[in-house]
Amino acid sequence: MSNPIIQIRGLNFWYGCKQALFDVNADIAPHQVTAFIGPSGCGKSTLLRCFNRMNDLIEHTRLDGRITLHGQDIYVPEVDMIELRKRIGMVFQKSNPFPKSIFDNVAYGLRIQGIKQKPELTERVELSLRKAALWDEVKDRLHESALQLSGGQQQRLCIARAIAVEPKILLMDEPCSALDPTATARIEELIQDLKQDYTIVIVTHNMQQAARVSDYSAFFYLGGLIEFDTTQKMFTNPANKQTEDYITGRFG
Amino acid sequence: MMLLQQEKRDWPSLSFTFTTGLATFLIVAILVIILGNLAWNGAGQLSLQFIFGGTKEGMFDAAHAGIFHMIFGTVALVILMTIGVVPIGVITAIYLTEYARETGFVTRMIRSAINNLAGVPSIVFGLFGLGFFVQFVGGGIDNLFHNGQLRYGKPALIWAAATMAVLTLPVMIVAAEEALRAVPKGLREASLALGATKLETIGKIVLPEAMSGVLTGAILAVGRGAGEVAPIMFTGAAYYLAHLPTHPTDQFMHLGYHVFVLSTQSPDVERTRPILFGTALVLLALTFLLNLAAILVRARIRAQSRLGHT
Repeated sequence: MSNPIIQIRGLNFWYGCKQALFDVNADIAPHQVTAFIGPSGCGKSTLLRCFNRMNDLIEHTRLDGRITLHGQDIYVPEVDMIELRKRIGMVFQKSNPFPKSIFDNVAYGLRIQGIKQKPELTERVELSLRKAALWDEVKDRLHESALQLSGGQQQRLCIARAIAVEPKILLMDEPCSALDPTATARIEELIQDLKQDYTIVIVTHNMQQAARVSDYSAFFYLGGLIEFDTTQKMFTNPANKQTEDYITGRFG
Repeated sequence: MMLLQQEKRDWPSLSFTFTTGLATFLIVAILVIILGNLAWNGAGQLSLQFIFGGTKEGMFDAAHAGIFHMIFGTVALVILMTIGVVPIGVITAIYLTEYARETGFVTRMIRSAINNLAGVPSIVFGLFGLGFFVQFVGGGIDNLFHNGQLRYGKPALIWAAATMAVLTLPVMIVAAEEALRAVPKGLREASLALGATKLETIGKIVLPEAMSGVLTGAILAVGRGAGEVAPIMFTGAAYYLAHLPTHPTDQFMHLGYHVFVLSTQSPDVERTRPILFGTALVLLALTFLLNLAAILVRARIRAQSRLGHT
């Protein structure tokens, strides 16, 4: 793979005494969708949360190995966490809009960055909502509470909120697991569109979803990266027996 | 197969239902008796002159007594106490929920200190207030800034309010802590993942979301503080004052303390009794009104946070 945006080298991760990731090595390609698949507790979400250092919030965790973003180690002490998280946005499993208006939700990250002028805020909020394919549904009620939106709309709002600060990478932690099939389809379409501008890493339980949306797939099992290849190859001709069993639904 | 059983009662269940019902009834009955007794005996005393009258018309004479000074003092005390206890309680709760390590030694020490503080008898708070606020803090201010002239080193409204704030601190901290903990982890993560600092996350997301719970804590603190007498006996409440307090360093009269004074110091118990009931009734009503006001404020804040605002 040429010019990976994220490189993971010899990554081990512990929650207290329990090791969650074992010697993971992988490269994430820019402007591609990479799917992390595997059964529950296999470490895929843990790895995703290593990219923007969300695991730092959990007490007694330990990490060993290297993750680089554009060749720069993100776990050295000099790293500006705020800057890192601006470059690597995240969408969570459970949609978590702030109990504020739709506008304020999207503007939150911009205001944090010190953008205060109303015209610029308005413009960037609109742009983000358009990119998240939500603009037409909410343009007349931007100042109503975000909590009135449906589950699928809330999740797209969270996507709009994440891309408003113009990250390079978008991490998605099972973004559709709480949504109905229609809303899921919309998010999947959206992921395809967003690929132009962002590198996307998505954790999913759903094999069909991984096959539909991703260019690369990584199969995790018991904290190890078992197989990592193009989605095409992995879903038609997996190299590993465990991968094949999981993909074909023999366990998981 | 018989689904409908006849002539067979489930006696253990019935007796349990009866026992729990009886216990509930007793509680309600006691409350009704207390309130009813106060209302029955106190209502006759209520008049505009009684509520808005000053002290000089005669403290122990039912026909002339006025309790406006006590009402004023009680309200002033509660307001000053709230101003003191809410920020300190909230800041402590923020430390405990957002910064302290959950299982750390220091956290455990702070928690047990708060629990112990809640169990200290209120008269001990009164003595503490006298020793610490009146003599040490107040006396210290006098010695440092007023050449030992007596200005702050005597019982005063602010020292009583400070003592009351310490007394109600545990209630406030525990309620604020629960409110902060109830804010979903997902909201904190969402904010941090957008590049917000911890401080920004607390200030813009966590605290606004916890505000109605914080106000519940303030309501509980007011409820606890409005009725306490022991902590203010040595720190600011006066037996009799001809004038309303005009400065925080003045002494004040207080409804609860007045009930104590009326019931122990009266020269003629029979003539004082209507004032006693009237004062107790007003104290109860005032506590209720203060709570009601806080509940209304909370309801407003809840309604606002539902809407969102730009």
